[in-house]
Amino acid sequence: MSRISQRLNQAKASGKKILVAYVVNGDPFPQATLPTLHAMVAQGVDVIELGVPFSDPMAEGPVIQKGHERALEHGTSLKGTLELVKQFRATNNTTPVVLMGYANPVERFGYSEFAKAAANAGVDGLLTVDLPPEEVVVLKAELDANGLDNIFLLAPTTTVERAKKIAAHASGFLYYVSLKGVTGAGHLDVDSVKSKLAEFGQLTDLPLCVGFGIKDPETAKAIAGLADGVVIGSVLVDKMGSQADKTAEEIAASVGAIISGIRNAIDTL
Amino acid sequence: MSQSIDYSAFPNEEGHFGPYGGRFVSETLIYALDELQSIYSRLKDDPGFQAEFDKDMAHYVGRPSPLYLAERWTRELGGAQIYLKREDLNHTGAHKVNNTIGQALLAKFTGKSRVIAETGAGQHGVATATVAARLGLKCRVYMGAEDVKRQALNVYRMKLLGAEVFPVTSGSRTLKDAMNEAMRDWATNVDDTFYIIGTVAGPHPYPQLVRDFQSIIGREARRQSLEQAGRLPDALVACVGGGSNAIGLFHPFLTDESVKMYGVEAGGLGIETGKHAAPLNKGIPGVLHGNRTYLMEDENGQIIETHSVSAGLDYPGVGPEHSWLKDIGRVNYVVINDDEALAAFRKITKTEGIMPALESSHALAYVEKLAPTMSKDQIIIANLSGRGDKDILTVAGLDGITV
Repeated sequence: MSRISQRLNQAKASGKKILVAYVVNGDPFPQATLPTLHAMVAQGVDVIELGVPFSDPMAEGPVIQKGHERALEHGTSLKGTLELVKQFRATNNTTPVVLMGYANPVERFGYSEFAKAAANAGVDGLLTVDLPPEEVVVLKAELDANGLDNIFLLAPTTTVERAKKIAAHASGFLYYVSLKGVTGAGHLDVDSVKSKLAEFGQLTDLPLCVGFGIKDPETAKAIAGLADGVVIGSVLVDKMGSQADKTAEEIAASVGAIISGIRNAIDTL
Repeated sequence: MSQSIDYSAFPNEEGHFGPYGGRFVSETLIYALDELQSIYSRLKDDPGFQAEFDKDMAHYVGRPSPLYLAERWTRELGGAQIYLKREDLNHTGAHKVNNTIGQALLAKFTGKSRVIAETGAGQHGVATATVAARLGLKCRVYMGAEDVKRQALNVYRMKLLGAEVFPVTSGSRTLKDAMNEAMRDWATNVDDTFYIIGTVAGPHPYPQLVRDFQSIIGREARRQSLEQAGRLPDALVACVGGGSNAIGLFHPFLTDESVKMYGVEAGGLGIETGKHAAPLNKGIPGVLHGNRTYLMEDENGQIIETHSVSAGLDYPGVGPEHSWLKDIGRVNYVVINDDEALAAFRKITKTEGIMPALESSHALAYVEKLAPTMSKDQIIIANLSGRGDKDILTVAGLDGITV
């Protein structure tokens, strides 16, 4: 069983909500990422979503765009990101790591080469924002062959018909984009998330995690009450970006503190 | 081999031209693209829609645009007869308006109250603001902060037309970043907003519908060539940034085997310097802005900055149909550097009394090379895609003159 399924089953068995946390590799400087990942795990993150920076992150709001830009200034690459995961695996063999990014760096790496190298580095899944089901077929075959999950997005605009098809191809978990817009947007509407999740929940046995626009423990709690898990990203990337002049340990500790607050909130529903 | 291809069958249902094109967007936009595709396939053969488009082309844009024999220039070069397809005479001064009228009509038929666009030099932004003003649509134009500074005149034109110009400060602050930001806006306001893409790139069905609207250029040119010269041209020449004026000219001639085609990319300071905008000549296939196509990128798949004296060609990608036409060998893609384009700008202005846009000057500079290699009974049609008034300050600046 994959690390992702194992961890999500554990959470389910213990009646706990899944906490997925996103940071950009290499942001605000390369040495900050590894201690931050460990700090997030220590404070209760179930799944790490590690952002692979891209020059043109079309689906990101301003906060995460800046994270990508900071990481690229330090030359962070997809190859380097696999190295980082390898280092993380040296002391953590249980927390799932999903890479989240855009198609072009993976195209450049080569689908087959990437899938092998990612599995080898200890990556568990891939979420490619600009590879919808129609375009991911070739890459997904390579991921499947290497035991990696392809994480699919569902959006408020996704029809039930389409969601059925997506769910049929999905593994790991499904990521519901909570609003029409970009990451970190400010207009999350809990009621509309509720009605959409009610529809989509019928279509799959996979856990549904909700992200985009969850900024604080209160919202996380409200959304966790409706879903199997929550994804937080922009609030962490914002914190990291504001501390570019601090040490890696200080950055890790401050991100850990945010995680701890969210964890407590979703554990006390 | 190319003559056996049914070009009208491309793109296929999924928007692919061979390995290129497609729909590489976030899930949120799929519904909007599906909606656009279904509306477009219904309207494109709808007589009412076509009649309205044709009426606007005739009475608002001023079509057909002339096919003009440049006699003095032809004599000077001493080779093939050179005809210029005068898209510079369109309302707003470039071919861009053919497409913005088409897409604004789609917006109107779909009941969207707001349009957005990306722009580099500002020509597509102006053409969008123009049609938005006429149809009473709210309009926001995304423009890289660098371009806002460089193209102050067009920025003010758009504001006078009632559009809001939104400077984009992310990434390289140029056209590609403006396109990213327009995509983000569209994902956020997908319910009431129509995204008017300015070139034959982006996710399916944009490359197809922009091509279809721009193909009026080639349909007219083909008919005019038969009427005026009594036969088809031997060669077509057009500049390629995203590639909409080139596809517009080329597409209706693709099955005419005898017609050679040359797409001219921006060589900037020379393709050997790395400072250029010639993905078809020096790039590799990748994924950006919703489609797979030739791109300028580094070894890690990051998109790199481009350079051209002409803002309208300063883009790291190219329409996916061009990528395919390159691979199958139907179109030759060549390069013209900044200095050659500037020389052509001055030359055509003085020789023919026509001031071409710096974009179009790339095509004309290639004609300077091509025409003398052809015989006097042969014909070249070059697409004069826009007028050069917008570039006067750039050229004056290079001359060290403050106007």
